[in-house]
Amino acid sequence: MSIQAIPVETGASATARAAAAPRQRRDEGRAGIGLAAPFLILYVLFLIGPTLYGVVMSFFNSSLEHAGLGGFTGPDNYTQALTSSDFWQSMWHTVLFTLMTTPPLVALALVLAIFTDRLRRGRWFFRLLFFAPYVVPSAAMALIWTWLYTPQIGLWDKWLSAVGIANPPNWLADPSWAMASVALATVWWTLGFNFVLYLAGLQEIPRNLYEAAEVDGASRWHQMRRITIPLLSRTTALVLVLQIIASLKIFDQIFLMTAGGPNYATRPLLEYVYDIGFTDFRTGYAAAASMLYFLVILAVSLVWFFISRRQQKEA
Amino acid sequence: MSAISLPRRSAEVHARSQTADWRARYFNWFCLSVLLVFAAIWIIPLLWAVDTSLKPDGVIAAQPTSWWSGSWTVHAYQELFNLGNIQVWYLNSFMISLLSAVFAVVACSMAGFAIARTRFRGRRFIYGLIAAGLLIPPQVLIVPQFQEFNAVHLLNTYWVQVLPAVAVPIAVIIFASFFNGIPAELAEAAHVDGASWWRIYRTIYMPLSKPAISAVFIFTFVWKWNDFLWPLLTLTNTRTMTLPVGLSQVSSSFGIQYAEIMASAVLGALPLIVVFLLFQRRIVEGIATTGIK
Repeated sequence: MSIQAIPVETGASATARAAAAPRQRRDEGRAGIGLAAPFLILYVLFLIGPTLYGVVMSFFNSSLEHAGLGGFTGPDNYTQALTSSDFWQSMWHTVLFTLMTTPPLVALALVLAIFTDRLRRGRWFFRLLFFAPYVVPSAAMALIWTWLYTPQIGLWDKWLSAVGIANPPNWLADPSWAMASVALATVWWTLGFNFVLYLAGLQEIPRNLYEAAEVDGASRWHQMRRITIPLLSRTTALVLVLQIIASLKIFDQIFLMTAGGPNYATRPLLEYVYDIGFTDFRTGYAAAASMLYFLVILAVSLVWFFISRRQQKEA
Repeated sequence: MSAISLPRRSAEVHARSQTADWRARYFNWFCLSVLLVFAAIWIIPLLWAVDTSLKPDGVIAAQPTSWWSGSWTVHAYQELFNLGNIQVWYLNSFMISLLSAVFAVVACSMAGFAIARTRFRGRRFIYGLIAAGLLIPPQVLIVPQFQEFNAVHLLNTYWVQVLPAVAVPIAVIIFASFFNGIPAELAEAAHVDGASWWRIYRTIYMPLSKPAISAVFIFTFVWKWNDFLWPLLTLTNTRTMTLPVGLSQVSSSFGIQYAEIMASAVLGALPLIVVFLLFQRRIVEGIATTGIK
């Protein structure tokens, strides 16, 4: 799950009750802590704790082969990662996948949502169709698309040969096509999410704006460019950031469809961490690589945070 | 002058609106045809998977891309069920998703209520800690979390899936912001009447929060059902695997038996497609209001 920051009103109503009697306030304090406790215990054990432990581990020579942290190595794991060509290669694959999937997933979702919003009837049908693949597990999606991409007997190759392209590339096994093939399958798989966010954004544009534009003789094309797209800019910012973060987390599809291959040509950063940590058992080094990866995602999240805060102030 | 020019102008406007009408209709047809083309592209992979799964393997080898085989069969499905693992994977996926969703709703709504409606020492700090957690993607924690569960011997259990799925900060924030939208006077009045905070939470706030409950429940359920990396790492025993992990293992044993492979893909996709068809409105509204991905 990734997230959109939701503003929460903290404390305004609580301060209104500041005049409460001390005994009551003690009760309230106890009740508050008690109600929050089950979540907080799990939160500290399984989110805050592992984060801190991961930071510590990244400075040690930890391994799955021996218990405990192992020897202190200082920043060695980090210097090793930053000078490793494998690390940078998998980082590049992650960025490349993000660059390949984000523009079509945002632009196509926008266009299809605008077109669907124009319909008088049957919106539910397109919403259903475009969103349905999003609920399919990655494992099932990968099986289906691997079959579609199968050389010669797969559906895509048959169609291509029917239109005269007799020698299509071997999609998933060709280093220069594998990433694009996975990206295309991903567009099919996850477009529905952005599509639904855009449809919701379109609902908030007042209809009378279009009517006014119509009276002024603006064409549909003009209405779209001058009214719809500018008024959707906040939705677009949200969709864009959620998409970048989701794409940076790429693992499932590549692991399942190409296993990072051919010859590591598509291995993303999460799979690099997986290989280092769980095949080579070098957990200290894997934790350091995870932290560097975390910094990239954090940077995107923080940029988003400041943009949305500025938008809120303007609004 | 004005008496003459007025009708002329309105005639002009009328003519213009007629061309606009015509253009609008043309444009709507254009939109619809683009949508229909994309709709076809979107449905074909799913239909093709179902189609392949219902053909005998021999037919697939002979004419791999004919849609109509003439000899439909559910042999591939029978074979999958005869292997006996898929039933266990369904059960595991269902139990893990259900337990995660129930615990997440209970624990996160309680914490959300505490933050939104009670004052206690350190509340601001705890809220900050939870908000900071929004920035931490669970994927970067796989190594330390694995070590943790390995140390307490909980790998290959439901707990290794359920416990981290409850510690999701966004669910607390969703509940807290929803509770903030319910007038605080409600809690105050009940409190003056002597109701305990637990009672206020359970009998006043929770019954009013069905949209937030269903959003958190559905998203936790779907997320855990489709989760792949963490179950792949921690559920290595065939009998403890979830459906997606099991499918990724079983497909390699089928080699080029495409009907069996597609049957397993269809069985993997089916439950959530059905859930989506049943709860389409709630799922779509949930996404639109929370943006959980």
